Amino acid sequence: MSTKRQLALAPWIFTVGFFALWEIVCRVLDVSSFILPAPSTILEAIWDYRNQLAYHAMHTLWMTIAGFGLAVVFGLLLGMALGASRLINAGTYPLLVGFNSIPKVAVVPILVFWFGVGWVPPVMTAFLISFFPIVVNVATGISTVEPEMEDVLRALGASKRDIIMKVGLPRAMPYFFGSLKVAITLAYVGSVIGEQNASNVGIGNLLTRASAAFEVPLVWAALVVLAVLGVIMYVITALIEQSMTGWAQRSQMANA
Amino acid sequence: MKTFVDIHDVTHVYARAEDGVPAVENLNIRIQEGEFAAIVGPSGCGKSTLMKLATGLQFPRKGTVIVDGKQVGAPVKLAGMAFQNPTMLPWRTTLDNILLPLEIVQPHRSRLRKHKAEYVAKAEALLAQVGLKGQGHKYPWQLSGGMQQRASLCRALIHEPKLLMLDEPFGALDTFTREELWCVIRDLHAAQGVTVILVTHDLREAAFLADRIFCMSARPGRIVAEREVEFPRPRDLEITYTPEFSALVHELRGRIAQARMAA
Repeated sequence: MSTKRQLALAPWIFTVGFFALWEIVCRVLDVSSFILPAPSTILEAIWDYRNQLAYHAMHTLWMTIAGFGLAVVFGLLLGMALGASRLINAGTYPLLVGFNSIPKVAVVPILVFWFGVGWVPPVMTAFLISFFPIVVNVATGISTVEPEMEDVLRALGASKRDIIMKVGLPRAMPYFFGSLKVAITLAYVGSVIGEQNASNVGIGNLLTRASAAFEVPLVWAALVVLAVLGVIMYVITALIEQSMTGWAQRSQMANA
Repeated sequence: MKTFVDIHDVTHVYARAEDGVPAVENLNIRIQEGEFAAIVGPSGCGKSTLMKLATGLQFPRKGTVIVDGKQVGAPVKLAGMAFQNPTMLPWRTTLDNILLPLEIVQPHRSRLRKHKAEYVAKAEALLAQVGLKGQGHKYPWQLSGGMQQRASLCRALIHEPKLLMLDEPFGALDTFTREELWCVIRDLHAAQGVTVILVTHDLREAAFLADRIFCMSARPGRIVAEREVEFPRPRDLEITYTPEFSALVHELRGRIAQARMAA
């Protein structure tokens, strides 16, 4: 078998192998399904609760996409400001880092004070947790324009804005799309946290209720659904990245 | 012949220079219109500072810089630049890279959209002149280092600058490619009548291309010698193997060695 095919098959083999091992361990050691349900039990639970899971998953998906969308817009704008101005960069960095260090689960109660229980807290949590990597990456891409390139354009009378639009922003795109892969998974975590604490629907909320009622297989089923959706979102973002910034993967800039 | 670039008694200290030693001190250079001037010197002698002063990217602490009859107080807008690093934008095709200055500099900036075909034809003519005919659709990373440097020259010339600044443009290339590009520059200079300032470490390069060679001292940079190059134009690469040429390079080498010793 060629190396290429081996590489293509490896993710499938490892995933299937992982679940097979899990199943075997559960059966051989006779693990109680309260502690660790076997994959077959979880699969059964997914099937049994499929309507409920699908309904809540759709809700979580929407919350995630909304929060992620906000993070993209805000992250791009703030990243451009940070990349364009060393003053803004130096001034806001401690604030940004400090804010990013706050566990977002601690912010949810405040969101509830402000907006009440509903769709706003999950969207806001998803947004707050995921904008930081976008800001940092866009700012880095813009602020690391080669000085020679800047000289060439400035000598022609280019304004700061010209340089950002013609060079900085296109140059930041590989960084930006790279950060989206991180941001989408973070947004997912954010919306689930938001739903767990401040919503009546969504996978997060389902998890809270299922664990309160000790419906262990349903808890695991919800987790698996979350993981699968996470992988799908990640793959979609990665594909968009590839189609938008193919030049970066072949040019020398990818190594820089 | 009128003076095109006049750097008069200029002293310049970078704001971020920690020791406060000037990059250049009491610098005096006059370059005629259409002249090909080369600046040579030991590394760190402020050659790049000189380029920034002449293009208005930096303003002198003391003294005056006059380009094309006007004192420089802002980027001069009539200069084209090329560096050792070709700095092509990898997301643009070579042709679009070459057209980039036209998106910045007036009057082309407002004309570009309507007269696109005219400018594309001009870019393609330039490409042909540097030996890259029909390669405009390729991306920079599909070109070799030497080809990228040729394209970078086209980009420096597309807006018909009156002043061409070359900062060690061939430093990263192999000898054969470098000599080929010397001839490209020689022909471009002859065809366009542009004033050229070439900053280089390579004395043979300076001697082959320039009308006049300025030797700079180590930091703080000053002009320590000025040498006319009398070889008639058009020059052939063969002259670089004549005894007169070797004597000139040898003489220049002596001056640089002195400048280094003095440091």
